[in-house]
Amino acid sequence: MRDQMEGSRAVAQAVVRCRPQVVCAYPISPQTHIVEALAAATRTGELAPCEFVNVESEFAALSVAIGASAAGSRAYTATSSQGLLFMAEALYNAAGLGLPIVMTVANRALGAPINIWNDHSDSMSQRDSGWVQLYAESNQHAVDLHLLAFRLAEELSTPVMVCVDGFVLTHAFEAVDLPEAELVDRFLPAFRPRQVLDPDHPVSIGTMVGPDAFTEVRYLAHTTALRAIDRIPELAADLESVLGRSVRAPVSPYRLAGAETVVVALGSVLGTLQESVVEFRDSGR
Amino acid sequence: MFQIRIHGRGGQGVVTAAELLSVAAFLDGRHAQAFPSFGSERTGAPVEAYCRISTHPIRLREPVRRPDAVILQDPSLRRHLDVFAGLAVGGYVLINSQRDWEALELDAYGGQLTPDRTVIVPATQLALTHIGRPLPNAALLGGFAALTGQVSLPAVVVAIQRRFPARVAEANVEAARAAYRYVQVYQPGELELVMDRKELADA
Repeated sequence: MRDQMEGSRAVAQAVVRCRPQVVCAYPISPQTHIVEALAAATRTGELAPCEFVNVESEFAALSVAIGASAAGSRAYTATSSQGLLFMAEALYNAAGLGLPIVMTVANRALGAPINIWNDHSDSMSQRDSGWVQLYAESNQHAVDLHLLAFRLAEELSTPVMVCVDGFVLTHAFEAVDLPEAELVDRFLPAFRPRQVLDPDHPVSIGTMVGPDAFTEVRYLAHTTALRAIDRIPELAADLESVLGRSVRAPVSPYRLAGAETVVVALGSVLGTLQESVVEFRDSGR
Repeated sequence: MFQIRIHGRGGQGVVTAAELLSVAAFLDGRHAQAFPSFGSERTGAPVEAYCRISTHPIRLREPVRRPDAVILQDPSLRRHLDVFAGLAVGGYVLINSQRDWEALELDAYGGQLTPDRTVIVPATQLALTHIGRPLPNAALLGGFAALTGQVSLPAVVVAIQRRFPARVAEANVEAARAAYRYVQVYQPGELELVMDRKELADA
């Protein structure tokens, strides 16, 4: 249903519809409203069956998500800025283990000086960690990307970040069409883990390897990222057909024909850029 | 596109006001966007929030630098900020104060403020009357609806009702309705009418 709401609430509602079984996050501005809404949804049973795990830090939050995912649960977390850096060690583990964790990054500048406002220095600092990063242009896009993220993560066995500009989107009220839960279920089947940590059928994951096997694993991460580039538009088309409305493609040109200058950008600045392009092109520049 | 900038202080509900305005515009069938801007998140610090209303989808996300309307929750902010910066010619101004044009020294802004598009509404007093707390938000939204016609009063009422628990909502709705009536009969520069208007607003 289309309604006017805060971006954080829209993201939280999208995550609820993706039915994570474990949510573990540590609050940090401007991600806080997302986590608060998910904690409330877990408490009221709206998100049942789901366990919301309280931890003492972002490092622990992602570590719990890693454990939950390795044990076969659909796991979700969210953070911002310094919180993402605090996760850095675990980020590489999630990627190397091929765990399909989805994380919202409410993009915020890195200190010092301390700054709660938006830029992409947090997620960009983790560009080579092996996580796929999707950047939202609007809150509608943020909702749609979360649905795509879970499906992409689980298909390719890779963790995915959905990057949503802090405040500019997370705290912006605008109209969002939240898909019905049944439609999301049709697009996103229940999580079927490739392997599960199970005491009755013990396996080890992430054990010590030498440089030869390590190179293979890193190469695999690279090919997974390349596959994601091809797969995302296909999944977006699939989501379009399920929802019966358009879903923003990952790369969308705007008035490229005849352009002398092309701006390549990510995130919420795109809309403002488009308005600038209109102004410049219509005045003959 | 109609662009609104709201100035106030942390704790006065500046951000909530912009959000409610956007919800009201959405309920009226328009496209709307609201977002905040604040320094540190603390009570009393200057806060501004923005709302854009349009018949078309809104792509622009920069802060509102050239507002069509300014809502000023606290005139004392003028000591620190150029609250009317970029105000469009003939733009609307809604000021929360018990004082009049002269006492607020609004002539100091030259021709920037248009008397027939500038309304001073005692929103805090209306809030004290109807809500029992000095929260001018709802009253200013009602006043804004009457001043600009950019949102309808019924949409403002529903936006408030959706946001707050029933009893709190009803008190705020009353404050909004009172301010709406107050602004409807507002005559610039006629302070002596204020008491009558307050009675009218209370009625």
